[in-house]
Amino acid sequence: MSAELYYKSASELSGLLNRREISSVELTQSVIGRTKAVDDLVQAFNSFDEKNALAQAADSDARRNRGESLGLLDGIPVGIKDVLAVKDQPLTCSSKILADFVSPYDATCIEKLKRSGAVLWGRLNMDEFAMGSSTENSATKITGNPWKLDCIPGGSSGGSAAAVSAGESIVSLGSDTGGSIRQPASHCGVVGLKPTYGRVSRYGLAAFASSLDQVGPLGRTVRDTAVLLQSISGHDINDSTSYKVDVPNYVQAIKQLKGRKWTFGLPKEYFESASDMASMGPVKEAIEFYKSIGCEIKEVSLPHTAYAVATYYIVATAEASSNLARYDGIRYTHRAESFDAKDSVDIYRQSRAEGFGNEVKRRVLLGTYVLSSGYYDAYYLKAQKTRTLIRRDFEEAFKDVDALLTPTAPSPAFKRGAHSGDPLSMYLSDIYTISANLAGIPGLSVPCGYVDGLPVGLQILGKPFKEDEILAMGNEFESAHNFANEHPPL
Amino acid sequence: MAEAPHIDIDKVAELARIALTEEEKTKFSSQLESILGYIDKLNELNTTNVEPTAHPHSVENVWREDRATSELPTCEAVKNAPKQRQSMFVVPKVVE
Amino acid sequence: MEYEAVIGLEVHVQIKTESKIFSGSRSGYGYEPNTLVDPVVLGLPGSLPVMNKTALDGIIKAGLALNCTVPNYCKWDRKNYFYPDSPNNYQITQYDQPICDGGFVEIEMEGETRAVMGSHRKVALTRIHLENDVGKLNHFAEDSLVDYNRAFTPLMEIVSEPDMHSGAEAFAFLTAIRQTMIYCGISDCDMEKGQMRADANISVRPVGQKELGAKIELKNLNSITGVKNGIEYEIKRQTQELKKGRTMTQATWRWDADLGRTELMREKEDAHDYRYFPDPDLMPVHIDDEWRERIRCEIPELPFDKQRRFMEQYDIPYSITSVLVPDWELSEYFERAAKKVPKCAQAIGNYVTNDLLRELSDSNTALSECKISPDGLLSLVEVIEKGVITKQIAKDVFIEMFNTGESATEVIERKGLKPDFDEGQVKDWCQEVVNENPRPVEDFRSGNDKALNALLGQVMKKSRGKASPQIVQGLLKELLS
Repeated sequence: MSAELYYKSASELSGLLNRREISSVELTQSVIGRTKAVDDLVQAFNSFDEKNALAQAADSDARRNRGESLGLLDGIPVGIKDVLAVKDQPLTCSSKILADFVSPYDATCIEKLKRSGAVLWGRLNMDEFAMGSSTENSATKITGNPWKLDCIPGGSSGGSAAAVSAGESIVSLGSDTGGSIRQPASHCGVVGLKPTYGRVSRYGLAAFASSLDQVGPLGRTVRDTAVLLQSISGHDINDSTSYKVDVPNYVQAIKQLKGRKWTFGLPKEYFESASDMASMGPVKEAIEFYKSIGCEIKEVSLPHTAYAVATYYIVATAEASSNLARYDGIRYTHRAESFDAKDSVDIYRQSRAEGFGNEVKRRVLLGTYVLSSGYYDAYYLKAQKTRTLIRRDFEEAFKDVDALLTPTAPSPAFKRGAHSGDPLSMYLSDIYTISANLAGIPGLSVPCGYVDGLPVGLQILGKPFKEDEILAMGNEFESAHNFANEHPPL
Repeated sequence: MAEAPHIDIDKVAELARIALTEEEKTKFSSQLESILGYIDKLNELNTTNVEPTAHPHSVENVWREDRATSELPTCEAVKNAPKQRQSMFVVPKVVE
Repeated sequence: MEYEAVIGLEVHVQIKTESKIFSGSRSGYGYEPNTLVDPVVLGLPGSLPVMNKTALDGIIKAGLALNCTVPNYCKWDRKNYFYPDSPNNYQITQYDQPICDGGFVEIEMEGETRAVMGSHRKVALTRIHLENDVGKLNHFAEDSLVDYNRAFTPLMEIVSEPDMHSGAEAFAFLTAIRQTMIYCGISDCDMEKGQMRADANISVRPVGQKELGAKIELKNLNSITGVKNGIEYEIKRQTQELKKGRTMTQATWRWDADLGRTELMREKEDAHDYRYFPDPDLMPVHIDDEWRERIRCEIPELPFDKQRRFMEQYDIPYSITSVLVPDWELSEYFERAAKKVPKCAQAIGNYVTNDLLRELSDSNTALSECKISPDGLLSLVEVIEKGVITKQIAKDVFIEMFNTGESATEVIERKGLKPDFDEGQVKDWCQEVVNENPRPVEDFRSGNDKALNALLGQVMKKSRGKASPQIVQGLLKELLS
């Protein structure tokens, strides 16, 4: 049993732990062992602290023995994207500029996870400062897709998705600004959820784009994803953008909503140009499945879809250019030492030149430009207005349907290096995921098939604060298929 | 379509406080101009009477009570400092 | 050709709160470096700002007290610029929708003498907004050290219209703001502690010219007097330059208080491109009438209103009100006594502004710890009014009361200060003195009024100082007429 503990679901493991058939230490050792066995190939982790993880596991076992178990996640290893602050652990954002930074505080979602008894496991690789869709922009290492190691795992939460896919973690936390949880989940054949904006606190999430970022769960099953979402959701006094909305019981909701005959919308703009896209096969089959169980499928329109990528790259880079200004060589970052600084401006210029990778520089420059004098109205203001139109598209569509079904990505994971030198083509591949961040709505990606041996994900976009519904919809699909039990040939 | 906008890369890099090599300046300005050319498509849209979205779900008056509740010990505050002295962060001399 | 100066001031005032404006870290002054910090104050990755409600209340109060309009809606913007004292390299401020609009500050100029009230006028304000303060740079020979204790202290920026014309007006303006803030409990405006800071914009033009001259920004004005002196110097300097036919160009200068002159800091650079945009981490503020009214009710009677009322209601002169009014506690103390017996107001005022202040200062005592209560002072004044003891003796009684906390009556009893004679006895003494001192009598009768003092002195000696000098004078004059 021990050999496969690392591939069991959190729900099953929770049962085994409660019945004392296994201990958290055993489970964690299984996960650590698996990591050591395959991470040389996958390279999902920037770092991990074995002793620390086992100590947390031991604490969990002690709690359980005292009869003080904290719930479904107690004793379960949860991988952490290297973008979330965990006290006394590195927080690198896969960037040289934070290469030696150790966080002195916990993010709110991490505090909540600790209170749930989870075993926080490692620091997972990502695109630097969450800027990218392939994890190729990492300054630390290149992560491979566990299904085909010379392909990208997706991004920016590439490490989070790859680790869960490869059994190096039971579940993991990622962050999603333009698709960074959903797309890597789709590429790695796991489940990933971006919550409604404001559902989960951003306090302690190194900010990329403040009005778009959300922390979210990844797992091998919808139920595991729901459990992790449960533990991190809720209003936070330390995040003014988090909302005072009740958190339903997601696990119960999946059960209660089973069998409901949903009405799904297919945004025609997403499918028009997509008929020849590689991902379409499995996605179309998934849509047929829902039809077959009595759900209604309608065509809807999101007329401003074509403007989403442009809007996103103005808003996100503008906010990022301001959010990343703090990385300046003064208080806690890499400081350029190799020259004689005349003044602080020199330190800023050189430290940031040395500390930031190309994609980060590109986006900071672009964001600085669109906010600069004379351009604010033409770019930032224009983009925020277009954003309103995009939001309204979804509001209109949701009048007639419960949720939207779309591909998560236009095609499965590409080969490493296939898009280098052409940033714009990379940006355009975010077309299916980006609008959800602009509108602030939740989105789930569930595995729905393979193309050329690489996983494909189905995206379910829901109404604001209706994570319970999209989880139920995803669970409906998952329980009728076997994708959740299929693992990469590592 | 309108020609790609010209970006004053020196000015932007200075505002962003990032030193660029000549090679980077050439590379980035051409890449950014291409992206900006794409972004130009937003001008196809008439947004005259549309309110900008500042926040996805709008709320007002989010605040906290005036109590001193959070603190970081000084040693934690400076532990990541590239250079510190007497618990303060060292920077090159600033002339004001 | 005559020249005139046009001056605008930008005044920063820290709001007194327990915690900081966007962080739950403690706010304070004089603490060990980098102790009043948390992830938000240090700009750590993942930190987020959260508004402090009391800071909002404070600026609304300041705005209403300074006659501003407080609109229904305001929001937060980021002002992006790099500087070592800025934790995020952006400041959270209010760009185009400040929380207070317009307004004016009533100022009082210096009178011809200290006893004469100077003229009043209103200086127009452009706006007041709220923002976060930044850290402090400490300069050494080879480098500088940054302390972020001050970062994120709530800071009001009060911007005046270019509506002043002299250093004296600027002095009066800052004084008026300071007094208003103290009265409202918003800030102590102690410039030494950085609670109030001011920069001036000064331009000089020929009288009659409509356009403003080139604007010079003047910094490093570290005290209210420094503001006055720096501005006066700069006006002179610019006027001299213009008279020589030179033109002024926009630049920043700094005042050197030690050397008593201004020096060029930097020529005008291209205006900073701050790339303002709405802060996506903060929600807008909606202010309704109820909120405005609730704050308005908390505003006490303001200094100049109180001054006007004191002068009219209690018929006391400027020489007294000018000492009472700037000190809110002192004015309250005065009124608690004067309100009960208004006709004694002047006497009470004299005691408060002279004897009380002197004793408090000499013994380093705070008014709140003073052993004489307003009622106690009132009873002393009444006792003098009734003629029970003389004014001179009363001065000593006051000091006893101050040191021991006894009442006036108790001191008079204990020291046997009541005169133990009647007016008849005083008349007799007067007669005796007139009889015993022919020369002064002679002098007085020949027109030397001052000679009366010698006689008066003799009567006072006989009465061991207890007779009333006024009564003795009257009796002597009667006798000698």
